[in-house]
Amino acid sequence: MDIRVQAEAFDYGAEAGAFAAAATGAGAVVSFAGIVRDRASGGAGGGAGGRLARMEIEHYPGMTEKALAAMAGTARDRWSLNDVLIIHRHGPMVPGEVIMMVATAAPHRGDAFAAAEFLMDYLKSRAPFWKKEVTAEGADWVAAKDADEDALARW
Amino acid sequence: MKLTVLYFAWLRERVGLPRETVETGATTVAGLVEELRAREERYALAFSDLKSVRVALDQELADFDAPLDGVREVAFFPPMTGG
Repeated sequence: MDIRVQAEAFDYGAEAGAFAAAATGAGAVVSFAGIVRDRASGGAGGGAGGRLARMEIEHYPGMTEKALAAMAGTARDRWSLNDVLIIHRHGPMVPGEVIMMVATAAPHRGDAFAAAEFLMDYLKSRAPFWKKEVTAEGADWVAAKDADEDALARW
Repeated sequence: MKLTVLYFAWLRERVGLPRETVETGATTVAGLVEELRAREERYALAFSDLKSVRVALDQELADFDAPLDGVREVAFFPPMTGG
């Protein structure tokens, strides 16, 4: 299990490849990357906003690492997993940059997919990160979506 | 009781600082929020709608009715937007 919270950019392909190569005994690896979109979310409405200049991600050092480790631990308890990787960045980034990734390795794909989706749903609403979008018009904090909170109910 | 109080995202911007030490007689999070609100307008503004405020006690998510017994660090922040 590998949890990293960092400001530095990382190579998603290289990380996913290394994770798969190290997952001996696993028959399936699922990986997901979150990317900075080129449009602002448009506030609470969730519609497409203006062109995004950059995104700034604030986090709670200490709690972030603990929360991610707890989620990964829960995933390992609930599904048969060989390994879990979570990398999440903070600080400023521009459209197209990779914000974060999750990878899961399991004997069979069902567990790898389910655990990856579980981790993404929890990361959205239970990991202490806050996104701010900067456009030509100014800067706005991204509002949490009810749909993201509702998504937790299925787990 | 002395507490370290942290603010993140728009709560930090409204209060105007990222952290402070607070001397409080409050026994619950809700009591602490009432004390802060009574201090100054910027706190009243930051805590005007508690539906959009989350709280963590010693880095674990908690409810507003949670007791402050033995707690050292209280953090207030908006609903999280990770991923």
